[in-house]
Amino acid sequence: MLVLVGTAPEENFPMSEGTAVLRDGSLFLEGHETSINRGTPALIAAASVACHTLGVSPPISFLVGDEGVGHGSRRLYEHLKTELPNLGAEVIAFHYLQPDVDWHNRILLALEERGEQPLLIADAGYMYAAKMSGFASCYDLFTPDIGELAFLADEMAPHPFYTRGFILHEEEKVPRLIQRAYDGKNAAKTLLIKGSKDYICTKKRILATVDTPSVATLEPIGGTGDTLTGIVAALTFAGYPVSDAAIMATKINRLAGQMADPTPATQVFEIISKIPRALEDVLAQGANRRHTAALS
Amino acid sequence: MAFQILKRRKKRAPKKRNPDRGFLAFENTSEVIKAESLIRTNGWKVNVMAPPPELRTGCDLVIEFPLVEQLNILRLLEGNSLSPLEVVPVDDPLLKPVDLFVTTDYGQHLMVRAANMKITVDKEALTIVNVSGGGCPDVPFLGAKLVGKDLRQAPSPREIGHTLCGYALHLAYEEMRRQCSCS
Repeated sequence: MLVLVGTAPEENFPMSEGTAVLRDGSLFLEGHETSINRGTPALIAAASVACHTLGVSPPISFLVGDEGVGHGSRRLYEHLKTELPNLGAEVIAFHYLQPDVDWHNRILLALEERGEQPLLIADAGYMYAAKMSGFASCYDLFTPDIGELAFLADEMAPHPFYTRGFILHEEEKVPRLIQRAYDGKNAAKTLLIKGSKDYICTKKRILATVDTPSVATLEPIGGTGDTLTGIVAALTFAGYPVSDAAIMATKINRLAGQMADPTPATQVFEIISKIPRALEDVLAQGANRRHTAALS
Repeated sequence: MAFQILKRRKKRAPKKRNPDRGFLAFENTSEVIKAESLIRTNGWKVNVMAPPPELRTGCDLVIEFPLVEQLNILRLLEGNSLSPLEVVPVDDPLLKPVDLFVTTDYGQHLMVRAANMKITVDKEALTIVNVSGGGCPDVPFLGAKLVGKDLRQAPSPREIGHTLCGYALHLAYEEMRRQCSCS
């Protein structure tokens, strides 16, 4: 089972769980509707279409309304502490939640006490909490952008808002920031760093960089990082090793972006609709490469 | 693994860390008491304590609060005529908010980034066309409120946001207004 956890940007969206239905740019969960244009709904939409294309079962989503006040997030944390350990999840992706180290630690402990550790992915606010907790290395994958990588690299920063200037000045030196994040034990086992060039790395080395297709206009579009996390979650659930899934996901997200022919004003739902074809293309490229290698 | 690490840490009784907490420092004790009562009444868990040596401004009491919700708490205090002298992270009171901006020109569009938050504007129409980055739950909310609005008339993220991501977006928004000569 693939489990997705996060918030919807409407205070009165009730706590809901189950399989999401996508229709006309909206996401429906237990009959409650929200736009898929950004945030966790964009992640759920991307993961759902990717799972469908991969032929695996659809994700189970936990979603609650929270406009940033934190009440919804804390209700969801409480619910997760009892529900998550009993689900038998194979992959869990945590996303937009109010960063709260205490609740984060309670959930991690509840999962570990159960014995079977699912593959853990953290992005957005939950990644901030995971870093602050000191348990970043318990996670299989973080998906920061360059600004968030600088935050992971700054062992003192409690939030990207407080990342120290001398570290922000090094944003062009991604390998140095990666090293610093691992040295401070503030990185997951694998990092997928989103940028004009995507980096996939572990503590030992940079496994790959992906910079094609190059679509500069993707960076300003809200939600393109969320779709990337959704795709990589679906691929890991389909059985791809984390590093392979991360490399494939960056290619799929870039290709879907290119297919949408975006401008900086494009909205992410236009890109989500291209994910199935982009995923099929990247899978076909991989199959062709394996076939050619077998013949040579 | 986390369970084992936590158990080990408990045995070693490590130095207490509060990575997601901040301090509010005020001019005098009367303001501290008023602020504490106001914040508690509005549902946040806060503690009153002595300030660390690095924080020497104000009186001899500070309020410890959930740092990420700084923007929301400051707005509450300001609405009740209470202005802290300083707001700092507990674990390192010397840390300052980000003050570096990265600007990318896409021709028709301009993007400004502050820390983890980005705002993009159509240079001619001055319409906010996208908000991206960030991880706190008010980011998608702010995106929904700002995208499509005129930069000169859009609500300030400081007025409607709640978290440090909202605050970072506010800094990017102010810088964008400065670059587009709106301020």
